[in-house]
Amino acid sequence: MTLARTLLLTGTAGLGILCLVPLALFLALPENQALFWIGNILARALIYGIIALSLTFLATYGGFVSLAQMMVAGIAGYVLAMTVQGAVPVIIGGFGYPMAILMALLASVLAGLAVGAIAVRTNDIYLLMITLALAVGFYRFVESNIDLFNGYEGIRNVLGPDILGRRFRDPMVFYTIASGTALLLYLGVLFLVRTPFGLALQGIRDNPRRISALGYNVVLHRIVAFGIAGFIAGCGGVLATIYNIGISPGSIGLGATINLLIMSVVGGLGHPVGAFVGSLIFAIFDTFAASLYDRDRFNSLIGAVFLVIVLISPDGALGLSRRLGRLLRGKPKPGAPPA
Amino acid sequence: MADRPILELSDLNVHYGQAHALQNVSLSLGLAPVAVVGRNGMGKTTLCQSIIGLTRSSGGSVLMEGHEVSRLPAHRIARHGLAIVPQGRRTFPSLTVDEHLRLASSGKGGAWTIARVYETFPRLAERRNNGGTQLSGGEQQMLAIARALLANPRYVIMDEPSEGLAPVIVDHLIDVLRALSKDGIGLLLVEQKLALATAVCDRVEIMLNGRIAASMTASALMADFSMQQRYLGVASAGH
Repeated sequence: MTLARTLLLTGTAGLGILCLVPLALFLALPENQALFWIGNILARALIYGIIALSLTFLATYGGFVSLAQMMVAGIAGYVLAMTVQGAVPVIIGGFGYPMAILMALLASVLAGLAVGAIAVRTNDIYLLMITLALAVGFYRFVESNIDLFNGYEGIRNVLGPDILGRRFRDPMVFYTIASGTALLLYLGVLFLVRTPFGLALQGIRDNPRRISALGYNVVLHRIVAFGIAGFIAGCGGVLATIYNIGISPGSIGLGATINLLIMSVVGGLGHPVGAFVGSLIFAIFDTFAASLYDRDRFNSLIGAVFLVIVLISPDGALGLSRRLGRLLRGKPKPGAPPA
Repeated sequence: MADRPILELSDLNVHYGQAHALQNVSLSLGLAPVAVVGRNGMGKTTLCQSIIGLTRSSGGSVLMEGHEVSRLPAHRIARHGLAIVPQGRRTFPSLTVDEHLRLASSGKGGAWTIARVYETFPRLAERRNNGGTQLSGGEQQMLAIARALLANPRYVIMDEPSEGLAPVIVDHLIDVLRALSKDGIGLLLVEQKLALATAVCDRVEIMLNGRIAASMTASALMADFSMQQRYLGVASAGH
């Protein structure tokens, strides 16, 4: 199947799902509940799915598990909140949304490149540690620099621009923008990994020495991959900041960083769609666990669910569905010797 | 050897910690294919790796068409027209045959194109959508050779291409290597199988303990049984 055809099919299927799910919700539920699902669960799953996509992209195709992706998203969020007109308190202010968003995305790309450059010689557990250190360091930096970031309280009132006379945070408007962005980034990743750049990235994961012997600059490819992941995370960071009406250190702290890792792993690191599967599962459980189980201990339920998914299927929900599919069709495991 | 040199090694040295793995190796390599033979652990692979920059040499020089490349990173050396077919093939597990070829050919014009690869190796065309590790040893070897050729190199280094291949595949390999050589691509063939080395190359260098111990014609080596035993430990020159 050619790349163009794959993208067209995936794009159509994705668009179909993204349009049909809200429609089904409206048909199945009263309007206010449907809007709650669309605005609070689906939109949230899409936003954090985008940020998780940046991690999944790096992990799946480059083999780099970066814990700095929430930080990169947070940098975009903070740049937006600091520069945009109307945010409270005013840090820099004065810019309209288009310009502020552009600067936020630029900052996230630069941050991504910087993370890539810092971590360029490390792999596996060392890469994990160095990106974790960056994430925690940035969190502390933001929390303690009150003049720049308004400390613990963060920056509020980032409402987003009006779109065609409707509020950005209107559930349907927000959902449309978040799903469009998510779909474009998702297709972008699928496209990118089939280009020579993406192939070289996968080759680097398999064997960096062989890639350099083929004439590819491994260091440069790694750094650029982190820059691209930075852009993806930045898109998610901008949306998350508008979704949360602002940003505070808590939204980029250790908890948020680990939540992102959980989404990626629960969804499955084998394919970029895993990011969205994971973030949807996370959003659903995070929303309803408190009403399903003891209000003070609902985190135990969330933890147990994730533990079960990862125990049954080390490659996450994606692997689970593949396993089920194979079981139903009675096909052998991949890698098993052909009969 | 009235052959104008393409690749010139002079006094190449490699140390692994205290071990002196490559000792003052000098070779002048032109268009005529040259074989390097020797037992395991004599420094053959180290020689290959240090030429293409995957192992740092601690002294000496590598001139590729007059350019000093021994201090360059591997990816820059590759752009000077040097390619390697590594020992054990080292195809990429996560890429298909077609992706290997697209990766190797990107952005470089020249005589070797993906279409020509598929024409030359019809087996690869049949398996274009198979993963790099789902191939048989012979297919992987062809893929590794094709990957090197798509960079349109002036000089190719092959590290034990016959390792683990069935005799009938080795015969096919001999044809391929002869054709490449005729095509004007320089070839350094590092090989344990004397039959393959001497079938492709007229000139044979023998490596012993990190040095070039002897240099002779293929026919002289084939005729000298005691030499074979002394340096290569072979009982016969067969497969």
